[in-house]
Amino acid sequence: MKREQVVDLYFMEARAKLIDLAAFLDRVDRAPGLDDFRMAAFRQALQELPAGNPDRAKRVLLGLSDPTTAPLAAATTKGACGAWPGSK
Amino acid sequence: MRYIEPHAHMVSRTTDDYMAMATSGCQAICEPSFWAGFDRSSVDGFYDYFRQLTDYEPKRAAKFGLAHYCWLCLNPKEAEDVKLADEVLGIIPEFLNRPSVLGIGEIGLNKNSRNELAVFEKHVDLAARHEQLILIHTPHLEDKLKGTRLIIDALQADGRVVPERVIIDHVEEHTIQLVLDAGFWAGMTLYPESKCTAARAADMVEMFGSERLWMNSACDWGVSVPLAVPRAALEMRQRGHTAEAVDKMIYGNPAKFLSQSKNFKVERL
Repeated sequence: MKREQVVDLYFMEARAKLIDLAAFLDRVDRAPGLDDFRMAAFRQALQELPAGNPDRAKRVLLGLSDPTTAPLAAATTKGACGAWPGSK
Repeated sequence: MRYIEPHAHMVSRTTDDYMAMATSGCQAICEPSFWAGFDRSSVDGFYDYFRQLTDYEPKRAAKFGLAHYCWLCLNPKEAEDVKLADEVLGIIPEFLNRPSVLGIGEIGLNKNSRNELAVFEKHVDLAARHEQLILIHTPHLEDKLKGTRLIIDALQADGRVVPERVIIDHVEEHTIQLVLDAGFWAGMTLYPESKCTAARAADMVEMFGSERLWMNSACDWGVSVPLAVPRAALEMRQRGHTAEAVDKMIYGNPAKFLSQSKNFKVERL
């Protein structure tokens, strides 16, 4: 697809997600309290968006990932929260 | 349009879902063993689950003209209990000769713990000893990158593993290259929130090519869409992919991988 076709197909969807993202950040900022590690990682990942790199999605995912390599001693939960606690 | 759903947990879905999939062009459904949403209390729970997967669910699917296949294992979410895992590993061989069993899966890691890794390696050993295909679950969200690396390392450390007979599922933009470069198949799971959307799956097809790659819905008891694969096909068509290219992604590729099992009988391209 040419760039214009990509924009034709995805602009409105991306626009809606952009406004949702902005509203989410406003909502968080209005709420009393401090950011936890998830929001710290989220705000850091946002820095990847304006950059001219062609692999923003990969970079955002890497920024939200556990970068360590050793297995955990034990699994104390089954769930994942979307950001690595060690990234704060 | 025809397609194969290579990863769906139909025991959690309704007959309406079977009807929708059949009328959307689905030819066959493959169901990996899964976590029930709670830990099973004994090996007997797994015995009955394997009976359900190999006996009852194929009959339910057949009512809608759909072939139903399955994969057997103890899911990584329950792998912290090594004693239970050993008991489950002990009963799996009894089911491997059933006509709809494709292999061992979905094994892998969840939180990347030592016990999960040990149980994963025992499943790989079981698959190697019985010459079974392997379907691998990679962890969620922040745990996926580390888990994918640990899984690939473990597979490469076992000299019996043939990469072309292993599919590593739930890849995203930060893990797909690791999987493909190591010679394994890669699965993209189409979820509304986590894993990847249809648009991102189409992006990855365009960036990495369509070799050793498939798409699945992984529909289960959580937020998921049984028709995610045909919807992704529509997304690809909207982006100008040819009907032949789409057919390869949603039918030809899964048929090619799955036909490495003597039990898989759906017509190949």
